[in-house]
Amino acid sequence: MWATRGRYVLGRLIHGLPIILAIVVVNFFLIRLAPGDAAQVMAGESGAASPEYMAQIRAQFGLDQPMYVQFLSYMKNILVFDMGYSFRHSRGVAGLIFERLGTTALLMAASMVISVGFGILLGAIAAVRDRTWTANLIVTFAIVTYATPLFWVGLMLIIAFAIHLPWFPTSGISVVGATTTGMRHALDVAHHLVLPALTLSFFYMALYTRLMRSSMLETLRMDFINTARAKGLANGTIVYRHALRNAILPVLTMAGVQVSSMLGGSVIVESVFGWPGLGLLAFEALFSRDLNLLLGIFFLSSILVVITNAIVDVVYTIVDPRIELRKAPARRKSPFKSGPSNGADRNAIHAKP
Amino acid sequence: MLRTPQGAIGLLLLLFVAGLALGAPWLFPEGPYDMLGTPFSAPFGEFLLGTDMLGRDIAAGIAYGARISLIVGFVAALVIVVLGTVVGGVAGYYGGRVDAAVMRVTEFFQTIPTFIGAIVIVAVLGSTLPNVVGAIAIVSWAPLARLVRAEVISVKNREYTSACLALGMSDMRIMLVQILPNVLSTITVAGSLMVATAILFESGLSFLGLGDPNIMTWGFMIGAGRAAIRTAWWMVTIPGIAVLLTVLSINLIGDALNEALNPRHKS
Repeated sequence: MWATRGRYVLGRLIHGLPIILAIVVVNFFLIRLAPGDAAQVMAGESGAASPEYMAQIRAQFGLDQPMYVQFLSYMKNILVFDMGYSFRHSRGVAGLIFERLGTTALLMAASMVISVGFGILLGAIAAVRDRTWTANLIVTFAIVTYATPLFWVGLMLIIAFAIHLPWFPTSGISVVGATTTGMRHALDVAHHLVLPALTLSFFYMALYTRLMRSSMLETLRMDFINTARAKGLANGTIVYRHALRNAILPVLTMAGVQVSSMLGGSVIVESVFGWPGLGLLAFEALFSRDLNLLLGIFFLSSILVVITNAIVDVVYTIVDPRIELRKAPARRKSPFKSGPSNGADRNAIHAKP
Repeated sequence: MLRTPQGAIGLLLLLFVAGLALGAPWLFPEGPYDMLGTPFSAPFGEFLLGTDMLGRDIAAGIAYGARISLIVGFVAALVIVVLGTVVGGVAGYYGGRVDAAVMRVTEFFQTIPTFIGAIVIVAVLGSTLPNVVGAIAIVSWAPLARLVRAEVISVKNREYTSACLALGMSDMRIMLVQILPNVLSTITVAGSLMVATAILFESGLSFLGLGDPNIMTWGFMIGAGRAAIRTAWWMVTIPGIAVLLTVLSINLIGDALNEALNPRHKS
């Protein structure tokens, strides 16, 4: 079974190769679309823009070569993860990005846990207590949260819980100048993580709550639930052991699809909270017009999505053994045949910052 | 659509925002950039919604920002709907190689992180309003194309479509007269939600400083107000509420449209 899974993951990754190739091509031409080339940027920075100096830089970076030669050398570099040079940081782009990867992963993992956990909980409560004020409150909360811009949630949390009630720090990942290690350092980072992770999870929590509610309502109307009731099982057992497990599947499907959108959201959240991950790096690259770095981040985050999608596909087969490994995965749709396909389709339209 | 209270609330809210946008030149003839009052004056004092760091009336900024938000939202959604319907419709109707190629392309657009994609496009091409609209449309049309394709496939196998084919109708005529009206309700609902998404996208881009520097937008106001967040809460809070209410109104209308147009799919 595990050998099959390994082969399957490999297949999925190979399937993603043309997409990665397409991103490389798009990136290459985007750089050339930008007004001015690297030589002009560098010459402008050093203050001396004599034609000889510009020609020297162009020769040094191969900018005087014909387009196809430039493209081939670009491809060759990408293959060994050489994504160019960040003129602003005076370093290779790849190194800069890999350094920040873990920080963003921490933020996204925390947000994923919060949003999926509370989304399932709130959605299930809203379905079980359908047509009560608790359910109405949860539904209203989800509708309003669904319409709120991420960065604004972050700023409101800062005003409330960092300025008005000084419980949490406004920015950064640890206390400036602190040299704590081990457990105390972990606690410090966790303290800084609370507000950014909450901010990033709010929108997705609303999405999963809506999805979980409709999925749970649908499941509770199914025949096997009636059978369980007829058998005289306690209501709690029916909800937790029978309904919940089946209703969770569409939520997990959606959570997998949302990784790509969450990466976009992290740019906003990280620039609001100064969380030093990929998003903040992108924000800084934007401001210093460091296009090499920006495109490198774009490229790497796309690869991350391809990898995550492959992993998510395998996770489904573990969660739901009915899904076969050999077939092309029905990931974009609900794997649960009678799930709320309409809701999932409509929600799939929504992928936002 | 007005049968549900949510739909009615949404419509009223949207009409209010649209009225504000249309009436901006009459309500605030000085424009959003005029420094009329004392800087940092709180709401309900000198001005209804207070002033910003330069003494500009925030209410004027909200009214002029409404124009940009609505224009970007509706124009981007229109481009997305037209592009998604044409591409998804052709792929679904003809199938085969065209379909396979289109599916590959949409897969590409669904894999790239959309917001980062939009940032890259605007950063490279420059911060102008058409570029912002274009960037939002380019990164968001793929899910709609897939949705339309799926709907078209389900309609084209119905008997009435086969009957038209047997009668010798042209492909174009079948697509426009037989299939399009049957997928129109799905397109309308998805398109209305796209307006909301596009408005959120635009506010995010201008918050990051990628908006057109010569245009007052809600996202820009929030981004600028950040510097004074410790002393002047209203500068970031009020434009955010404007975004929230506008997006909320469109989502409510979208939900009401869905219930009215697709009664079978009621969830």
